[in-house]
Order: sequence, then C-alpha cells, then structure tokens
Amino acid sequence: MPSAVSEVHAETQRSQRNARVCDLGLVRYVDALERQNQFVELRQSGAISDQLLIVEHPHVVTMGRNGHPENLLAQPEVLARSGIQFYETDRGGDVTYHGPGQIVGYPILDLREWKRDVHAYVRAVEEVIVDALAGFGIAAGREAGATGVWTSDGKIAAIGVHISRWVTSHGFALNVDTDLNYFRYIVPCGLTRPVTSMRKLGCQARREEVVAALVRSFGIVFDRQMENL
Amino acid sequence: MIDVVMPQMGESIVEGTLTKWLKKPGDTVGRDEPLFEISTDKVDTEIPSPVAGVLAEVLIEEGKTVGINTIVARINDGSSAPAAAPVAAAPAPVAAPPPPAPVPEADGTPEPVATVVEETAGPLSPLVRKMARENNIDLSKVKGTGAGNRITKQDLEAYLASKTAAPKSQAEPPAPPTPQTPTAPPVVQAAPPPPPPPQAVATIPQTVDISSPAPGTRVEQMSVMRQRIAEHMVFSKHTSAHVTTVHKVDFTKVAKVREKAKANVQAQYGFSLTFLPFVLKATCVALRQFPLLNASIQGDTNIIYHRDINLGIAVALENGLIVPVIRNADEKSVIGLQRSIADLAARARSRQLRPEEVKDGTFSVTNFGSFGSVFATPVINQPQVAILGVGTVEKTPVVIDDAIAIRSIAYLALTFDHRLIDGALADQFTGKIKAILEGWSEEIS
Repeated sequence: MPSAVSEVHAETQRSQRNARVCDLGLVRYVDALERQNQFVELRQSGAISDQLLIVEHPHVVTMGRNGHPENLLAQPEVLARSGIQFYETDRGGDVTYHGPGQIVGYPILDLREWKRDVHAYVRAVEEVIVDALAGFGIAAGREAGATGVWTSDGKIAAIGVHISRWVTSHGFALNVDTDLNYFRYIVPCGLTRPVTSMRKLGCQARREEVVAALVRSFGIVFDRQMENL
Repeated sequence: MIDVVMPQMGESIVEGTLTKWLKKPGDTVGRDEPLFEISTDKVDTEIPSPVAGVLAEVLIEEGKTVGINTIVARINDGSSAPAAAPVAAAPAPVAAPPPPAPVPEADGTPEPVATVVEETAGPLSPLVRKMARENNIDLSKVKGTGAGNRITKQDLEAYLASKTAAPKSQAEPPAPPTPQTPTAPPVVQAAPPPPPPPQAVATIPQTVDISSPAPGTRVEQMSVMRQRIAEHMVFSKHTSAHVTTVHKVDFTKVAKVREKAKANVQAQYGFSLTFLPFVLKATCVALRQFPLLNASIQGDTNIIYHRDINLGIAVALENGLIVPVIRNADEKSVIGLQRSIADLAARARSRQLRPEEVKDGTFSVTNFGSFGSVFATPVINQPQVAILGVGTVEKTPVVIDDAIAIRSIAYLALTFDHRLIDGALADQFTGKIKAILEGWSEEIS
C-alpha cells in the first residue's frame, strides 16, 4: 500500500520538525529584543528553523502597545533611580516586570507551520507552562479572559506576543524565585490581582531544572524535536 | 482599488482591534509591507498589505474593534479603471474568503472578480458582502439606496426578489449557460416588484439550490452562539470516531427511592428530585472504575487521564444549548448533584453562568429523556471522549422469570470515541452504570 507508506513517512517527517533552544542566560532587555528581531527576520526568510530563546533580564519594566500608562505606578525616572529600566515595546498586553529569578521565553515560531491561529498559539504557550509546573507539583491553569498562567495564589506567568507575517516574537515570563516586591511598581497586565512565584508556592526547583521542564513541555505541546545548543 | 479587510487570525477569533496604522493615506505601500497592527487577546499582529499601491483610504480608525472581513482600508493599485484584467490577476486580500466559483460566462465582456465589482459599489457591510457572495449577486447591477448610495440588505433582498420573479430561471438545468446580465442591464428599481404568482414556484426544479432561495423564504444570520454550536458539532464529528451503544436499564428501584424521597426533598431543599442525579452518581462510580472514559486525546498520540471528574450537563436554551460543568461531581451526594443541576440549569437559562463554569468538563451527560426521547445518538463534547444520553423513564411490560412484569425502563445511550475506546470497554462501562442503577438500595434522605 504505497499511499499508506508515504503517509507514515510524511508523519515521521512532520513529527521530526525541529526547534532550537538557546539559553542565553542574563541578557539586557534591549539586547534580547535585537536578537529576537534578527531571528524573526531569519525565520521569515526561512533561513532558520523555529527557535526558543530563554533569557533572564536585569530589572526592567515594559509596556505593550495597548498599555495603559496608569498601570505604571512609578514614573520612569523613579524606576531608573531604583535601577529599573523602562521600555515601550510592540508586544501584545499591558505593562509587566522582568527581573532576576524569572525565566523569560521568546519562541520564534512560524505559525504557518503550526496552526495559523494566534489564539491557539497563546493557549498552547499557557499549556507549556501549566504542564511544566505540574511536574513540580504546582497546580496551575488558565483563567478565561485573563491570558497568562494562574495558581490559587495568583498569577505565576505572564504572556505577551507579537506576530509579524505569522512569525512570533516576545513570549512568556515565569516567576521562579523572582523578588515579587518589584511588581509593586506596576499593575501587572492591568489586573489588580496578586502575583506569585514557584518559590513562594514552596517549590525549591533550580532554574536549570525549570528550563529543562519548559523545553520538554514545549516540544510536546508544539510537536517539535527540541535541539539544545 | 483593492479592499483590505480585517483578517481572521484564528478559528475562534471573530473580531480584532485595530491598534495602529503603520501607513498614512497617500503613502506608498509595497506588497507584504506591514500596513497596520491589530490586537486580539494578548497578541499584537502586523498585517501586511495584500498588494503594492498607494493607501487611498483608511476606513477604520485606531482603537476601533471590528468584525473580521470588515473593510478597513482601500489601496489604489493603479487599476481603478473598469479594465479589470490586471486586478483579476492580483492575489486576493490576505484573509478575504475565496470568491464563489465563477458562474459560466457567455462570450463577451468577462465579469470582473468579486473584489473589483464590490469596489464599484462603495463600502459594504459584512452582511451584504456575505449575502452577495452566497447568492452570487453581481453588485454592480444592484442600485444602492443607503447613505451615499451604499447597497443595503434591503436592496439585495429587493434585487433577489426581482430576479426570482423574472421569467427565466437561472437554475433551470436544460438551458445553456445564460449570461447573468443582458448586455445593457436595466437599472433595477429599489421598490420590490409584486410577488410572483404561485405558478412560478411549481416550475422551479426539484434540485436543492440554497444559493438562490425561493421566493417567500427569509435569510437570517445565525446568532454567534448558533455559529459556535455549528462549528463545534461539525468539528466533533470530524475529530472523533463516533459510535453509540444503547443499554436498557431497569429504573424500578431508583423510582421507588425517588418516590419516597421526593416530597421530603422538595420541602427541605426547595427543588424537585429527578432521575438524573442517580444517573450522574452511577456514572461517577463507573468513571472511577474505567478512567479511559474520563480522558482526552492530546495530539494524535497521547492520552490524558483526568484526575478530576467534572461532569458536563447539557442544558437546552431557547435558541441553542450550553454544557455547564459540575466540578468534582464524584464528591457530591445525589441531593448535592440535584442541587447543582437545578442551579446550573437555572443560571444557564438566565445567562448568568460564569465562564469557568462551562469549561474543563471531562465527561458529559445529556438528558434528552426530559423531552420524551427514548434514545438518541449524542455528539461528543470535545475534547472529551464519551457522552451519556439518558432516555425517558417509562413503565414498560418486561419478562422476568417467564412472567410479565411492569417495570420503569429507560435506555442509556453512550456515544464513545472509537479512536480510544472499544466497544467491549464501552459496554462494560455502561453495564456498570446499569448494574448500579438496577441494584440501587440506599436511601438518599
């Protein structure tokens, strides 16, 4: 049955689609942004495969395209005095904070090779985080109308995405052992709800373990063979 | 001129907020060059221009939220003259639905493609575009009576009525392909012509042609809920390998328990006791024993076993249905389940359900028996893998030990996803429910 064989063959090839993981460690927000833009261009031209950038940022507050300035509770000058950078960016979502102890993931995916569905993409990113957290015994989930990942103790991961010609950039930020006090400078995503971290929920997992879990979960949810660099 | 429409960026997306114009009217824009940005949920998306040209007109201002396929701008690509050939060759706007299959043309001037025709008719509402598409109407032949001579729904209805009234029927099979238009199209009057005589109906061929509704029919857009239900049902039928198995269940013991407790429950709790919570209770026990029925399929290869038993209960609404969920149903008593059913059904009908109350179901039950159905073959509520339908409980003569007895009988129909569940397992599962219900001994209040 040649048709069945070729179907199996196609199936194998499809499931072997690769995504490359780059854990860049501590990177300034602007530098990561530049790196993302390069990757997006390369991905759009088909020069590279899907990518998952993993970084950690020094203290920074960013505001999305639809951000409401009133959700920034401190003026940029005040932030600067506390050693916090401030940027306006082109991702979706409102204002958020990144800092040490947080795993920031920037998937650069061509959604034309996935589902061509931006909502499904956001839901899938949530699933990646929920599944990874489950491995550490943390029950997390979605909340209707409030993108991100939630636990009974509050929001544990934020999501904001930009898409250009179906290629994604920006992504998610998961609080591992973030100093949650820094969130006081903002109303995260315009929601007056508590923020939490894995550490606050009693999980002592190390950053590398969490990154590994996220990468594994990412491969399963997006059906990608993850190659570490 | 090319219309640029709000694209659909995903299956569940019906509208988008235009957050930023990246070009101003008068700007030159290249094909695939980012033209504007939209925002849905937490995603900002750059939308590239479908063609190269000059941005002629911006119809939707920044910050406005509009439905998909709404025209947001027009680009002059140098082809605004009636000479349609180059435009016809140009690709359609990003997400515009494909134009209908072209009608066979008679020799002579070719009909321009849909986008171009619509361009001559001024801005159109999505409804009008849709009607025109579905009915194969050439909009250049329709006179607009709306503001700025825009074509309205009424204009299309009048046009349709006038066409159907015309003696020549476009659906008549033996006729050679007729040009839809005489060479000099008469201007169609906005006032609808008198209704066609009844004889005209009889000449319409038997073939079902939904693209040109018969006179006297009414075209109405589905409600959003109806559209979602339609999508979900077809999606489910495409996704799962539906098989239904039906078991006959003797409810006599349950009926006795219910009869005994009914008045008390009504007095003490204020709701009436039905057969449904007994079925739910038995279902929870069976789900614990056969966890594959309380599972989902992830991708094509993984089975997700759900820890919690969250039962979806189908509730009929005036013009649709919704499936609110009883969370951790296995932790509730028969009375507790009845309370949840009454509460969820009442709030579903008054549209007061919270979003989280209609999600995360792991198995569903539909009680078509309440409308008198004996048994039906329900459609699985994705991403679940089975749904139990409960038929009406009726006193029926049955043979027991070669004697005829009168028992309270109902049919339980289990539709299961044969991708994951085989008939033997489905019947063991339903058999378990049957055994619990038939052997019901405990009192409930």
